[in-house]
Amino acid sequence: MSDRSTWPLWEVFVRSRQGLSHRHVGSLHAPDAEMAIQNARDVYTRRQEGVSIWVLPASSITASSPADKDCLFEPANDKVYRHPTFYDLPDEVKNM
Amino acid sequence: MNMNERFEAYIASDAKIEPKDWMPDAYRKTLIRQISQHAHSEVVGMLPEGNWVTRAPSLLRKSILLAKVQDEAGHGLYLYSACETLGVSRDDLIADLHSGKAKYSSIFNYPATSWADMGTVGWLVDGAAIMNQVPLCKTSYGPYARAMVRVCKEESFHQRQGFQILLALCNGTEAQKAMAQESLNRWWWPALMMFGPRDEDSQHTEKSMRWRIKRFTNDELRQKFVDMTVPQAELLGLTIPDPDLTWNEERGHYDFGEIDWNEFHHVIRGNGPCNRERIEARRKAHEEGAWVRDAASAYAKKHARTDASSTHAA
Repeated sequence: MSDRSTWPLWEVFVRSRQGLSHRHVGSLHAPDAEMAIQNARDVYTRRQEGVSIWVLPASSITASSPADKDCLFEPANDKVYRHPTFYDLPDEVKNM
Repeated sequence: MNMNERFEAYIASDAKIEPKDWMPDAYRKTLIRQISQHAHSEVVGMLPEGNWVTRAPSLLRKSILLAKVQDEAGHGLYLYSACETLGVSRDDLIADLHSGKAKYSSIFNYPATSWADMGTVGWLVDGAAIMNQVPLCKTSYGPYARAMVRVCKEESFHQRQGFQILLALCNGTEAQKAMAQESLNRWWWPALMMFGPRDEDSQHTEKSMRWRIKRFTNDELRQKFVDMTVPQAELLGLTIPDPDLTWNEERGHYDFGEIDWNEFHHVIRGNGPCNRERIEARRKAHEEGAWVRDAASAYAKKHARTDASSTHAA
């Protein structure tokens, strides 16, 4: 009997051209990394969308929990002084 | 505010839901139904066209048709992946298709009997699909929206190549033009049925609109499709097989005749011309491909063992 259901899920990242970083494009099932790359090529780069592919087992990703959203990202909220637009300067100041 | 109210308010603000976010069971179920139905439609949609790959009139047409069929396989895969983020397994989705529990677009239960059908399917069926799919790029569930962006980017080629096939036939001999007209006569009404039941008969529309899964109603999209398609048919010099089709100055839209809803329900219930054949073909492909999947699994397992032992040796 086929044990297809045990094929792991792979997350696929594609570099669209040299000079840009790999970007997550989707996921697929494959028995091993080599097949995952083959399948990713067929599924995600049929129109020259990439020059390089990364695949990694979805199970190896540790994700932050949506429940932690506030405690992780809220603290940045009241630190507007980290943005250049926070500083009001006279119009006469050029090139800044 | 309880979880449900918070969810409704969040959706109402046009924010996106991601896989690990809390969502009501009914939202999850609706999405699984819609996305899987959509994925199955892409996969079953390969069959009427597959019929013409070996019969295409030139090598270029054959290459184009192969590329289109390959795209549809890809679209099915994007959508299955999006659906799996909701916690269902690929095997269960496919089992539901094969058992008849899950539906797919009823248009694919009609046969493609002439070469002109490859043109009409691209023009009308992919055209109607685009009409349905473009608003879905903004659907509230993130993975579905992202899959739809990819699908829509690729779908436009499908429609254009179809129109071009018809253009070639309509500029050809009398017999070729007649073939195009005969094809339009068969596909026009089933294409209008692709938008689903009338709004007042659609059991899912109201909720799906509120959850921003759907962004337009069935009738709105159907009207848009007719308005867009009639001038294209005129350009081809083909007659749309609807005696009631007239421009309504006041509404600024075309009026059109009533769909044969008996036929619609008949096909949905599994009694269209090709329902059994389509599912049988899918099941056969799945079963006859089992040895390939088994071989790939065995190969992966063997290599995982060898890799592990060589790591130890080193």
